[in-house]
Amino acid sequence: MLESLFFLIVAAVAVISSILVITCKNPINSALSLVMTFFCLATFYVMLDAPFMAAIQVIVYAGAIMVLIVFVIMLLNIRTETGRKTTHAILAGSIIGLFVLFQTCYFLTKGTLTGTKGAMDTALVEKVGHVELIGKALYTDFLLPFEITSLLLLVAIIGAVILSKRKI
Amino acid sequence: MDTLILGLPVAYYIAMIAKVLVAFVFVLLTVAYATYAERKIIGHMQVRLGPMRTGWHGLLQPIADGLKLFFKEEIIPAQSSKFAFLVAPLVALIPAFISFAVIPFGETITIGGYQIPLQIAAVYDPAGDRVLDVNVGVLYILGMASLGVYGIVLAGWSSNSKYSLLGGLRSSAQMVSYELAAGLAIVSVFMLSESLSLQKIVADQAGFAWYAFKQPVAFIVFFICSLAEINRTPFDLPEAETELVSGFCTEYSSMKYAMFFMAEYANMVTVCAVTTTLFLGGWHGPAFLPGWIWFIIKVYFLIFVCMWIRATYPRYRYDQLMRLGWKFFLPLTLLNVVATGIVVTLLK
Repeated sequence: MLESLFFLIVAAVAVISSILVITCKNPINSALSLVMTFFCLATFYVMLDAPFMAAIQVIVYAGAIMVLIVFVIMLLNIRTETGRKTTHAILAGSIIGLFVLFQTCYFLTKGTLTGTKGAMDTALVEKVGHVELIGKALYTDFLLPFEITSLLLLVAIIGAVILSKRKI
Repeated sequence: MDTLILGLPVAYYIAMIAKVLVAFVFVLLTVAYATYAERKIIGHMQVRLGPMRTGWHGLLQPIADGLKLFFKEEIIPAQSSKFAFLVAPLVALIPAFISFAVIPFGETITIGGYQIPLQIAAVYDPAGDRVLDVNVGVLYILGMASLGVYGIVLAGWSSNSKYSLLGGLRSSAQMVSYELAAGLAIVSVFMLSESLSLQKIVADQAGFAWYAFKQPVAFIVFFICSLAEINRTPFDLPEAETELVSGFCTEYSSMKYAMFFMAEYANMVTVCAVTTTLFLGGWHGPAFLPGWIWFIIKVYFLIFVCMWIRATYPRYRYDQLMRLGWKFFLPLTLLNVVATGIVVTLLK
């Protein structure tokens, strides 16, 4: 009961802030609304018994990536956008948006939303712990993809260093 | 007491509200008197007296300062981005306070047959005779610390002044760099505790088995990185007076300036509380004093160390700061993690 009340409040904030992301004229305000949306998403993860996902959402998206985006906006000093009001892009965007809306409505009414049941259910998460389960799965069942991802990230880091430093 | 409101007993609500109020008032009072203590301690270290006029030995100075700032004129620069300018002090202040939600500040106490763990985000589970708390407490603290940067960046950008912008840029670069080393230092702690829950980490350190003894490198690196993350001297480049007037808060006045000031001290209290919890055994101590008193003693000692450092060391240069963070602390903490991993595996 308390949880559903809380959910409704957070959901309202999430919807309002995500509308603000696309309607704000000032890019910094848009970026801030996006941070707010990420925060609401993190709250939803907590309510879905996935606290690790919530913490990572805040640390990685709100704490690191969005700081970089805000940084770039500040450095480029983009001020309020006063460009053309009507373009073909708006038409194309609204057509795509309309289709996505239809699709969502179709799935909500006709499709099944339960998904497939895996080995990890709520009881197991509460008993063993969310972090422990993710860690075990990453280092046993998904070791190869995990290592490949880390190699890719290493390549990206070396690339960034070489691009930014002319003299090494 | 057994009536249910929205599916939870009344005692639950009372305990929660009481814990939040106690923690909040504790942090606010500490913040107010930390400003006084800082001036007094640094004064005595530099062989002067510090504030003496307001009250006995200047004891009423924080109240006088607060009142003065409250009645100052509020100035908003004409060319500033209004929304960001108004919201920045709040964004700086709130993350400083909410980290306290997961810090255990005492043992479980019993009031009228109802068990209350002295940690805001925790409940006692009578069925299993244990305390349930946030099982990603450490990550929560890291997350909130990484949000603190927004307040300063926004303040720097929205003021539309070159000093503020430079302060904001410096601060975001500094916080992002030192977050990594601080995070890696914590990793070596929870490799030993095998849990991210702060209750478990504190319980593991009972009887002077402090992680500061087992992980001295992580302890020192974490404390220094925390000082850098909260912009304390010797890492206070974002507000270096000699070059940037007052850095990101140059254009702020009245209560908004006071909020940045409070955020800085609240961050210091939070960092000291986190260090106490992770490395100095939390509320554990000899049994002749209750746990929360030990907690306060340890936190106040660390706050004193912060002020001592401020009175002792000169400010770093910007390139020195970056070199220290990336080329010294980051490899050191990585090595520490690897060494901890090897030792833990060999001991098993």
